[in-house]
Amino acid sequence: MLWLLVAVPAIAALLSFALPWNGLRRVLLVLSASVHVGLTVAVFVEPPEPVLDGWIALDAASLLFLAITSVLFFVTSLYTVGYLAQEKRPATLDPTEAVRFANYPEAVFTGCLLMFLAAMTLVLVSHHWGLMWVAVEATTLASAPLIYFHRHPRSLEATWKYLLICSVGIALALLGNFFLAVSAKACPGESLHLTIAGLEQHASQLNRDWLRAAFLLLLVGYGTKMGLAPMHTWLPDAHSEAPSMVSALLSGVLLNCAFLAVLRGHSLLVKAGEGQFSRDLLVLFGLLSMAFAAAFVIRQADYKRLLAYSSVEHMGILVLGVGIGGIAAFGSLLHAVNHSLTKAMLFLAAGNTLHRCHTKSTAEIRGLFRVLPVTAVLWIVGLLAITGSPPFGTFLSELVILKGMIDGGRIVVAVAYLLALAVVLIGMSAIVIAMVYGKPAAAESSAESNPEASDTSPEPAWSILPPLFLGLAVLFLGLCVPRELSDLLHEAARVLGAE
Amino acid sequence: MLAISGIVQIVLALVLAPLLQSIINRTKAVFAGRRGQPWLQPYRELWKLVQKGTVYSRTTTAVFVAGPIVGIAAVGLALALVPIGGWPALLSFPGDFLLVAYLLGVGRFFLVSAALDTGSSFEGMGASREVLFSALAEPALLLSLTALAAASHSASLTGIYAAIDSGMPATAAGPAIFLITGAMFVVFLAENARIPVDDPNTHLELTMIHEVMVLDHSGPDFALIQYAAQLKMWLLGSLLLGAAAPFRFGSAWLDLLAGLVGLGAIAVLVGIVESSMARLRLVRVPQFLIAASILSIVALFLVMR
Amino acid sequence: MALWLDVILVLLILTSLWLLGSSRLRACIQAVAFQGIMLGLIPLLCAWPDITVRLAAVAVLSMVVKAIVLPGMLRRAAREANVRYEVQPLIGFTTSLLLGIVLWGLAMHVSRQLPVTMLHVTPLLIPVAIFTIFCGFLLIVSRNTAVMQVIGYLALENGIYVFGWAFAIEDPLLVEMGVLLDVFVAVFVMGIMIYRLSREFDTIETDELDSLKE
Repeated sequence: MLWLLVAVPAIAALLSFALPWNGLRRVLLVLSASVHVGLTVAVFVEPPEPVLDGWIALDAASLLFLAITSVLFFVTSLYTVGYLAQEKRPATLDPTEAVRFANYPEAVFTGCLLMFLAAMTLVLVSHHWGLMWVAVEATTLASAPLIYFHRHPRSLEATWKYLLICSVGIALALLGNFFLAVSAKACPGESLHLTIAGLEQHASQLNRDWLRAAFLLLLVGYGTKMGLAPMHTWLPDAHSEAPSMVSALLSGVLLNCAFLAVLRGHSLLVKAGEGQFSRDLLVLFGLLSMAFAAAFVIRQADYKRLLAYSSVEHMGILVLGVGIGGIAAFGSLLHAVNHSLTKAMLFLAAGNTLHRCHTKSTAEIRGLFRVLPVTAVLWIVGLLAITGSPPFGTFLSELVILKGMIDGGRIVVAVAYLLALAVVLIGMSAIVIAMVYGKPAAAESSAESNPEASDTSPEPAWSILPPLFLGLAVLFLGLCVPRELSDLLHEAARVLGAE
Repeated sequence: MLAISGIVQIVLALVLAPLLQSIINRTKAVFAGRRGQPWLQPYRELWKLVQKGTVYSRTTTAVFVAGPIVGIAAVGLALALVPIGGWPALLSFPGDFLLVAYLLGVGRFFLVSAALDTGSSFEGMGASREVLFSALAEPALLLSLTALAAASHSASLTGIYAAIDSGMPATAAGPAIFLITGAMFVVFLAENARIPVDDPNTHLELTMIHEVMVLDHSGPDFALIQYAAQLKMWLLGSLLLGAAAPFRFGSAWLDLLAGLVGLGAIAVLVGIVESSMARLRLVRVPQFLIAASILSIVALFLVMR
Repeated sequence: MALWLDVILVLLILTSLWLLGSSRLRACIQAVAFQGIMLGLIPLLCAWPDITVRLAAVAVLSMVVKAIVLPGMLRRAAREANVRYEVQPLIGFTTSLLLGIVLWGLAMHVSRQLPVTMLHVTPLLIPVAIFTIFCGFLLIVSRNTAVMQVIGYLALENGIYVFGWAFAIEDPLLVEMGVLLDVFVAVFVMGIMIYRLSREFDTIETDELDSLKE
C-alpha cells in the first residue's frame, strides 16, 4: 500500500512525459491526484505495515503531512488544468521586461509536477535518513524545471539561485547524515542501520558531540530547503518567478516536507537527551526568520515576493513553536496545516491577478474589486488568515503557540514573536488593502497601458473554485478543529518527541 | 672531533662553493645544445676580479665599502652553523636557525645599503625589489625551519638535521617534510636570484633585480660579492638537502659524500628549472612566494597537530 | 597505509589552496578533477587489502564522474561562454589564500571538538575534510562566474565525501546513494543550467544576475 503512494505519481509522470496529447495529459494529472487522495484516505483508515525493513513506514507525523500534501496537490491540479489550457502559444509577452518568452513544453511540466508529488511523498514516508535525503534532493531536481516554466531571464536567475543554494544545503545535510552514522558507531553491537526507529532505540548511547554537530548540519541543510533565515535567499526569487500553482505547491507542501526532516532530527535529539540544545537552536532560527521576513515585507514592491516572505515568516513560526515545546508544538503542527491551506489559496489568487492584470507590481494594481471580484475577496480573506486574525484557523494555532511561550515563561521570545507578527500584519495590510480597494489609476491611462486591465469578463470557474475551497477549509478549521485532526496532531507531536 | 668535523665542512664549503655555479651553467648549456663553460671558470673569474683595481664613485661613503665586507662576513659566519650530510656543524646552540636567517638578512641589508649609497636610481630600484622578495621569502624560510624544529624536537640546526634521517618521511611528519622541501626550494630560488624569481643572465636593466644592485662594485669588492653569493647558495642548498634527501649510510664519510653529491644534484635541478621556465611576471612573484609561505604554514600545522 | 592516506590528504589540502589562489579557469577545473581522483583512492586505501568488488566499482564510478565527466562538462561550458581568465573576484587571490590559512586553523579547531577515537582513521582526516568544505564555501561566495561557483560546489562535495568515504567502508550504502545522486545533479542539472545561462545572458557572470533584488 505504501509503495503505491509513491509509485502512482511516478508512473503517471513517466506516462505524461511520453504522451503527446495535452488533453489526455491533463486528465492524467487530475486522475493521479485523485488516486493519491484516495490512497491517503485508505492509509488513514487502515494504517499499513512498514515496508523494506522499516525504511518506508507511516507514522502519525507522516500521515499528517501526507494529508496536507494530497489535498493541496489535488486542488492545485484542478487549477493547473485550467491554467495550462489558456496559456498562450507560442510566445507570450512578459509584462515586466517586454521580452517575448516561450514556455517549457507542457509534457515536461506535467511530468515534473507528478515527479514532484512522488518525491515529496517519498520524503514523508521514508524512515531511513539516507532515503529521506535522496528524496529531498529529488524534490529539488523535480521542481527546478517547474520554476523555469516561463522561459525568461528572471526565472532563469531564480532557478539558478534555487539550484545552487538548495544543493549546498543538501550537501550539508549529507554531511549531517554522515555525522549521524559516526555517532551511531559508538554503540556497541552490530552495525546500526540509519533508520529512524533504529537510531531512536539506541538514542541514549549515541555519541553526544557528533550528534549535536549532526543536528546542526541537518538543521542548516534542511533549513535551507525550508526557507529559514539566513538561508532563505532563494525563496523570494523562486516563489515569485514560478507559475502560481507551482508557487502554491512549493510554499504549501515542499516547505512542510523539509520541516518534517528537521522535526525528525529534533525528535532524535530529544530521545537522546539533548533536547535543550536542539530547542534553543530552533528558537534562534525561528526568531531570525520572523525578523528577516518582517523587515522585507514592509513596502514590498512585488506581491508574489510578499507572499514568499510571508512563507519565510510562517516557517519561522513553525520552528519557533517546536522549539518552545509542550502545547506550542501542537500549535505548530496545527499551524502547518493552516498555513499550507492559506498560502496556497493566496498564491492561486495571485495567479489570477497576474493573469488578468499582467503586472506583479503592488503599486500598479488598484481597485481589484472592480476587475476580479471573487479574487479580491480571496485576497482579503487570505490577508486576514495569513496574518492570524480570527475566525480563521491561523489565529487559533498562533494563539496556542503564544500560550506555550507564556506558560513556559519565555516572555522575551513572546514579545519578539508578537512584534514580528504585528509588523507583518501592518506591512501586508497596507499593500493588500490598497491593491483591493484603492481607486484604480486614472481610467484612461490604465486603459491605454493595460487594455485588458479593465476587462471585467467573469472569472473562470477553475480559477476561483479551488482557492475558494481552500479558504473555506481554513475558516472551518478556525471555527472548530475536528476530533480526528486534533487526535492526529497530538499523536504526531508525541511521536516527534516535541511535547 | 667536533671541531675537526666542523672545520672540514667549512673548508669544503669555501673550496667547492663556486663549483655549484659552474654545474648550473653547464646544465643550462647542455639544455641549450652548447658545450658550456669550463668547470673551473668561476674560480678564474674570481681570480681575475681580485687582480683588478677598485673604482669608487665620488658619491659613495664608507657604507659602500662596508657592503661586500659585511656580506661575506655574515655568510661565512652562517656557514659555521649549517651542517651538511648529517655531520655536526662547527657551532650549534638552541635557536641557531634564527641566527642563520638573520645573518643572511644582515648581509643583505648592508648590500642594499651599499646600493642605495651610490645615489643612482637603478641600484635603488633593484634594491627595493630585492628587499620585497626577500621580505616575502623570509617567513617561508623561518616557518619551514620552525616546522623542522618541531618535527625533530630540537632547536639547533645540527640537532634538526641529525634527527631527520631516511626513517622520518615514513612517520606522521612525512607529508609535512614533503611540503617543507617544496617551500625551501622556492626560498632557495628566491634568495639566490634564480629563475623564476630573477634572471641572473639578463642584461636589460629594467628586468634586473640582484644584478643591478651590485652594478657599481668592481674589482675585489665584486669578487667578494660573487663569492658571498656562491657561499649563500651552498648554505641554502645544505639546508634544503638536509630536509629533502636525508640519506644516511651508517659511515660518516659516506654521509658527507652523499651530502656533496646531493648538493651537486640540487645544482643540476636548478639548471633544469632555469632552462625550462621563463621568469615570472613581476606581479606574480609575490604570489609565488606567498604560496611558499603558505606551504610552510600548512606543514607547521601538520607537524603541530 | 596510513602514510599513503596522509599523502593523499596533504595533496587535497594543496589542491584546495590551489583552487583558492588560481585565477585561470582551466587550472581550477584541473584541480577539481585531481581532487576527484584523490577522493576515489581514499576508500581503496582505507579498505586495503580486502577490497570488495562493490567498493571498487563505486570508487571507480565516482572517480570517473568527478575527474572526467564533470570537468569535461565544465570545460565545454567555459568554452561556450568564452571565458579564460576571471575578472577580479570579490576577494582578491592573495587574500583568498590567506583566508584559506585562517580556515585551516578553524578546521583544526572544529575537529578538535569531535572525538575521533572510534574511527580507525588518521587524525588528519577530519580537519582536511572540513577545510575542503570551507574552501568550497569561500569559492562559492567570492567568485562571480557561474562555472567557478559550480567548481566551488564540487570542492564542497569533495570535502563531504572525504569524510564519508573514510569511515563508511563497512557500510557504504549512504555514500553510494550520495555518489549516484551526484551524477544526476551535477551532470544533468548544472550542465544544462550553465548552457542556458550562457545563452540567455550572453555571459556566465553571475554578477549580472541581479535583477531580482530586495
